[in-house]
Amino acid sequence: MDQLLLNQGFPLLSTLIFLPLAGSLLLFVVRDPHFARYWTLAVTSLVALLSLWLLPGFDRDTAAFQFAEYHRWIEPLNIAYVIGVDGISILLILLTTLIMPFCVLASWTYIKDRVPAFMICMLIMETAMIGVFVALDFVLFYILWEAMLIPMYFLIGIWGGPRKIYASVKFFLYTLAGSILLLVAIIWLYTANGYSFFIPDMMWKGYPFTAQILLFIAFFLAFAIKVPMFPFHTWLPAAHVEAPTAGSVILASILLKMGTYGFLRFALPITPDATTTLMPYVLWLSIAGIIYGGLTALAQQDMKKLIAYSSVGHMGFVTLGIFVLNIDGIEGAILQMINHGITTGALFLCVGMIYERTHSRELSSATGIGQYMPVFVTLIGFFSLSSMAFPGTNSFVGEFMILAGTFRHDVPLALAAIPGAVLAAAYMLRMLQKIVWGGTNNPDQSWLTDLNSREIITLAPFLFFVFWIGLGPQPFLAMMHSSVVNLLDQFHVYQQAITAAGMY
Amino acid sequence: MLFLPELTILGAALLFFLLTLGQPSEKTIKTCAVTAAAVILFATVLCLNEGGDLFYGAYRVDLFSQVFKVLIAAATLVVFLFGNGLSGIKQDSRPEYYLFLLVSNLGLVMLVSSIDLLAIFIALELSSFAVYIMVPMRTTSTGIFFQMEAGIKYLLFGVMATGFMLFGMSYIFGLTGTTSLDGIAQQLPILANRPAAVVAMLMILAGFFYKLAIFPFHFWVPDVYEGAANETTAFIAAVPKMAAVALLIRLTSLASHQGEMVLNLLMVCSIASMFYGNLSALVQKDLKRMLGFSGIAHAGFILLGLLTFKLSGYASSLYYIIGYALMNLACFLVICQVAAKGENLGISDLSGLHKRAPILALTLTVALFSLAGIPPFVGFTGKFMLLVGALREDHLLLVTLAAINTAIAIYYYLSVVRMTFCSDSNGLGNVQTGFLTNSLSLILVTVIIVMGVAPSWFVGMAETAIKTIH
Repeated sequence: MDQLLLNQGFPLLSTLIFLPLAGSLLLFVVRDPHFARYWTLAVTSLVALLSLWLLPGFDRDTAAFQFAEYHRWIEPLNIAYVIGVDGISILLILLTTLIMPFCVLASWTYIKDRVPAFMICMLIMETAMIGVFVALDFVLFYILWEAMLIPMYFLIGIWGGPRKIYASVKFFLYTLAGSILLLVAIIWLYTANGYSFFIPDMMWKGYPFTAQILLFIAFFLAFAIKVPMFPFHTWLPAAHVEAPTAGSVILASILLKMGTYGFLRFALPITPDATTTLMPYVLWLSIAGIIYGGLTALAQQDMKKLIAYSSVGHMGFVTLGIFVLNIDGIEGAILQMINHGITTGALFLCVGMIYERTHSRELSSATGIGQYMPVFVTLIGFFSLSSMAFPGTNSFVGEFMILAGTFRHDVPLALAAIPGAVLAAAYMLRMLQKIVWGGTNNPDQSWLTDLNSREIITLAPFLFFVFWIGLGPQPFLAMMHSSVVNLLDQFHVYQQAITAAGMY
Repeated sequence: MLFLPELTILGAALLFFLLTLGQPSEKTIKTCAVTAAAVILFATVLCLNEGGDLFYGAYRVDLFSQVFKVLIAAATLVVFLFGNGLSGIKQDSRPEYYLFLLVSNLGLVMLVSSIDLLAIFIALELSSFAVYIMVPMRTTSTGIFFQMEAGIKYLLFGVMATGFMLFGMSYIFGLTGTTSLDGIAQQLPILANRPAAVVAMLMILAGFFYKLAIFPFHFWVPDVYEGAANETTAFIAAVPKMAAVALLIRLTSLASHQGEMVLNLLMVCSIASMFYGNLSALVQKDLKRMLGFSGIAHAGFILLGLLTFKLSGYASSLYYIIGYALMNLACFLVICQVAAKGENLGISDLSGLHKRAPILALTLTVALFSLAGIPPFVGFTGKFMLLVGALREDHLLLVTLAAINTAIAIYYYLSVVRMTFCSDSNGLGNVQTGFLTNSLSLILVTVIIVMGVAPSWFVGMAETAIKTIH
């Protein structure tokens, strides 16, 4: 329990978790779509403002879990309601809370029927997402992890595109099947840890090697499907393409990060020996994801699918950074998680805006719109630059740190990752060129209207963060530094203890 | 006072017998039924803390039995409150139907208190025969003619299972010289590993595996579920299973000394039930048949708790069967309401339910996700506790297979949810729901969520109840 810094006074984290849920209860009896939209915007904005309150009270010099709360919950099984935030999770929580109001704004005219139900799904998703990042009891984590599936299934299955049924069922089944063995792993850890589900107590214990390998495989299946790592990525293009804009943004910006967060929070500290043993395989699998994602994105004609495959590539960089197990790699990976959330979220919002106008996701029907939508192509231009990790934008910092960490670990690995960066430039520039200028036989786009003020307000903050993190990443890196240093220190201490005990 | 619940049920049954002699109106029958069920529930709650022996030690009233009586009475009340009236039963036969249902209830209530082999037999037969008659009592006006086949199957399988049970009971009597469960509990540990004793215990368990629908005693399930009227199926799916779990808890604590043999058999039955139920349910098109097969799979899960032979495992099984009964009652509430003429519902008959009856759609979705084992509902918490209990006893393979089964099951539950929420009504009409049905649905949904999120109280109560029989 000494890993927790218990919260005094106002239970900020619990409020952040349960406020969206409380807000959604009202919408069960509401029928008016306008009220539903304004109410949800108000609730998500309130949660976003409250989450900013975490910043002043956050101590950057400690790796303990802050704002922690501990309550007994299910006594017979020793399940407790324990939550807390550290350097790794605070940025992810802020990403979640700050993106949600903009998702609501983006759905303002996109969703036309069953609006209250849509907003209920969004709010319940927000509860589950924030909860996953702060949960410190494994059962609480698992419950919130699985609880996300139902609203996401409905978001895709009810308001989705033509193949929504296929995409939603595939998403649900794939993710659930991956998480099932996680449940068995959780229960095994419970029995091996004196019948407790408290996560910090499970870390850095020298479990038997076979047990560690099996646990790592169970963790890997659940998280690799979520990330998604090649070859478990096939649910992603379907889900992204068929989901409504807000659904795609939530999926890309936040849900994918839960997989990598899981690797960092659980797989590494709980099964360190298995991590070091299986590290090379995971690293080369990440490279495969980077190259595969890049090549497939290059061949796409559907804009959303292009960005979906680019996500596979970008998340490959993130897992690469995590598993090289040095300070640059992990810090770069965490920063890249945030960057990807911002950039890809913004790109999906942009594509959604095109879709609302042309009702097509095909690249061929969106060519040459630069002449008629100058503000829009400026914004999408900057976000494309960010996606290809252009210096000055946020992704450059993240990708550079990851590559630096990878070089330090293993040069051939880093050399294999470089083509991924080139491919990113290739597919993004191809898409950008087609959208802005096109060719000689563009369709007639003169009827298109440029962005209205609501859409500009939706995209502006993303642009702001692209440049803030790109030009001045120090504040963000400072927040995560202590926790990452602590993670790596504990890892080295553990390795030395194991070598001294002669287990190698 | 010890016998008050039973006398109340008997009184209600006699009341309905009197009603069958006349020509009561629709409204009278329904009012009498609901009032009777409410009075029975009140009587069982009143007698919750009674304790004592009756009938020369053949009948014991303790917290364990009284808790089950409350549950049985509550489930019966919910079945009686289903909104559509007994649309699947012929108008003239409705008083008889309620009579048989109450007699079956009486049998089940007596079953959970019986601690003598013969008393168990009598109570079991009383409850079973009443239901054997209820199954074919379905109108043919909706074009369904196989209720008779369903009834025959239920009768023949049931009688055969009882035959097994009696044979096992005779062996136990021969070995121990007594029919009282207390006496057997004292003598059985000494002769635990004799083949005759093992075979006898397994045969007795067979009788209750039939009621709970465990593989290989499950063959009656799909046809009976599909052939019987919707209300009958609702009763069969929820209530006798609770009594079967009660008796199984009593009997497996007796069998716990018999070691590997019984444990291995329970494990095999559990795994076989789960896989058979889930895989067969994947291809079903009729909703009740699908729920029947899923019931077989859930029965396999309950066995997971029973085979730990520990108090925590039994308490988890008890918690799970309560949750299971609730989830099933919620599903059948929707089925009975949507099938206005008492016909069988295919899964495609539910399309667009979110528009046709929003509250029923919500209830069905919550119940199905709970059956699938998605947090934060009671289905997940129950499954989780059963898995924890099993893993504590080092049954790793069993737990992994059970977890895999959850993944298999989700597909068919999801298909129904998809029909309910994600598709259009295809010209099917709106569903009438009254205030009573809506409130009952919302109450069931709330209890499913509350039991899932705050199970401590329920599990604590289950443990207290089970402690009293040791």
